[in-house]
Amino acid sequence: MFAFILLTVLTALRVLSRNRLRAGLTMLGIVIGVAAVIALVSIGQGARAAVRSQVASMGTNVIVVLPGATTVGGVRGGQGTAMTLTVSDGLELKKRIPLLVDTGWARRDVMQIVNGNRNWNGPVNGISPGYLMIRDWAYTSGGPFTQVDVDSAARVALIGQTTVENLFDAGEEPVGATIRIKNVPFRIVGVLTPKGQSAQGADQDDVLFIPFTTAERKVFGSQFLGSVGALFASTERPEDLPEAVDQIREALRIRHRLQPEQPDDFTIRTQVDIGSVQEGTSHTLTVMLFAIASVSLLVGGIGIMNILLVSVTERTREIGIRMAVGAKRFHILMQFLIEAVTLSVTGGLIGIGIGIIGARLTTIVAGWPTIISADSIFTAFIFSAGVGLFFGLYPANKAARLNPIEALRYE
Amino acid sequence: MGSLILCEDLWKVYRVGDVTVQALRDIDLAVEQGEFVAVMGASGSGKSTLMNILGCLDQPSRGRYRLDGLDVASATSDILAEVRNRRIGFVFQSFNLIPRTSALENAQLPLFYRGLSLQEQRVQAGSALERVGLAGREHHYPTQLSGGQQQRVAIARALVGSPAIVLADEPTGNLDMESSREILGILARLNRDGMTIMMVTHDSDVAAYASRQIMLQDGRILFDRATTSHVPVMQ
Repeated sequence: MFAFILLTVLTALRVLSRNRLRAGLTMLGIVIGVAAVIALVSIGQGARAAVRSQVASMGTNVIVVLPGATTVGGVRGGQGTAMTLTVSDGLELKKRIPLLVDTGWARRDVMQIVNGNRNWNGPVNGISPGYLMIRDWAYTSGGPFTQVDVDSAARVALIGQTTVENLFDAGEEPVGATIRIKNVPFRIVGVLTPKGQSAQGADQDDVLFIPFTTAERKVFGSQFLGSVGALFASTERPEDLPEAVDQIREALRIRHRLQPEQPDDFTIRTQVDIGSVQEGTSHTLTVMLFAIASVSLLVGGIGIMNILLVSVTERTREIGIRMAVGAKRFHILMQFLIEAVTLSVTGGLIGIGIGIIGARLTTIVAGWPTIISADSIFTAFIFSAGVGLFFGLYPANKAARLNPIEALRYE
Repeated sequence: MGSLILCEDLWKVYRVGDVTVQALRDIDLAVEQGEFVAVMGASGSGKSTLMNILGCLDQPSRGRYRLDGLDVASATSDILAEVRNRRIGFVFQSFNLIPRTSALENAQLPLFYRGLSLQEQRVQAGSALERVGLAGREHHYPTQLSGGQQQRVAIARALVGSPAIVLADEPTGNLDMESSREILGILARLNRDGMTIMMVTHDSDVAAYASRQIMLQDGRILFDRATTSHVPVMQ
């Protein structure tokens, strides 16, 4: 049986190599279909991976609690307009919920920042010590605020890469320099590593951090002392996120004395929520591309069926000879099925090659990230073999059902 | 064990539209091991139909046919294929070699379907080609061989599986005199070595090589007799 299959494959290859042009044209549909699957899926997966890494740049396992909206005479303000979250909320969460590894809080405002004769309008964030830990942010030079800085509301700042580029000359060392925010001088103690775009497309490096205590007392001049723009928390493992979210909601509702019928006066977000929307989009894209590729595989399969029907007619006499010397219907069936699968698999392999080259070119020319996964190659291979098998079945069966006498007489 | 071929009350009836054609009527025939039988008759006499049935390519409408002790009148197509593969060797008028396939591979074909190893197929096909005088031509394609040589490849293919009988349908019909004598000489030699041969021909000179002649007319056996003037021209 093994010898039979091996020899039949060799025969099939010989038959196909004899009609190279015909075989090539027949395979074209499969080649294009598979190449499209490989290239497009790799682009889709590349896009998804990019989204995932953007989401991860926010910090892993992060929970963000935003204040609710104000309602003034029935007119609701936007999210975060109400000052419903406070530093003590943050401290309480840290104390009550052991699932949380770190908690922190921040308030931001866009302000004019001045360095010598240069200035820049950017967001200034007052942050608690836990914040940078949660965001998993490191330093290219300098280091974090000290406890003394926090306790004494010192005028110190950490600066993001984009802000550095806008306030300093190339090669100038920001650490130790003094800048001014609302005419208050701040000494820069650290430069943060670049994080790139957030999942929403915002530049995360366009930022300046100062201690929360300093911001409250010396910069923002808040009328509500102790209120925060957002609370941040992180868990050890991503699986703990839903549980932690529930516990935070419960704790905050109790602290805010909300009745069961009242809605939350805050919003809780996790990285999972933020990422899933965009992953969903690129997933839809992948499915659509897959559908388009399937149509072209279908067309390719019909091409194979067509050429096999021609081949069966052309080789009717050969089939008769084979039957006369003892080929069973099964042998004839297998011969043509193997020929069909050889055609489609060869087309599939060429398509995989072209798809990989196409994906590489996309990365080189358009700069889109692409990921060629073993999964998609394997799937494409199996699919092309399946197409050959499926569309070869009818012609092969037709060949196997020939009457040997009529086949031998066929001119 | 009995006769190699035993037909009793064999009928073959075709229906072509509304017309019923009785291609074979009440054939009784026994062929013994080692015979060389010529089946003769005009076209339409039923000799091709008889050979198709004897060769297990077709089945009778009625009657019994035992080949080598095996009842094949009502066997399935797979069993018929098995019988053709192991017990019958065909030689056709138009050679019927597979095109663009070497002499050796053509001769291997029955062994290929028998499931022998490639090595064994090659050795046996090689020695079959040697028996018909084609040693050294193993890798020639049919188009590179003369008609006589192509027919010898076909004989090698018929022999390779050591069948019980070789059925030759007008084996010299497409050949010149010289090649015809060659082919008939090979068949006669095989017969002397013990091979049972049945040969369809309409040529009485060709039939003279056989030891027994059967004449068909309108689907019936007209006569069945030993060859009287047995003067084979051997090379």
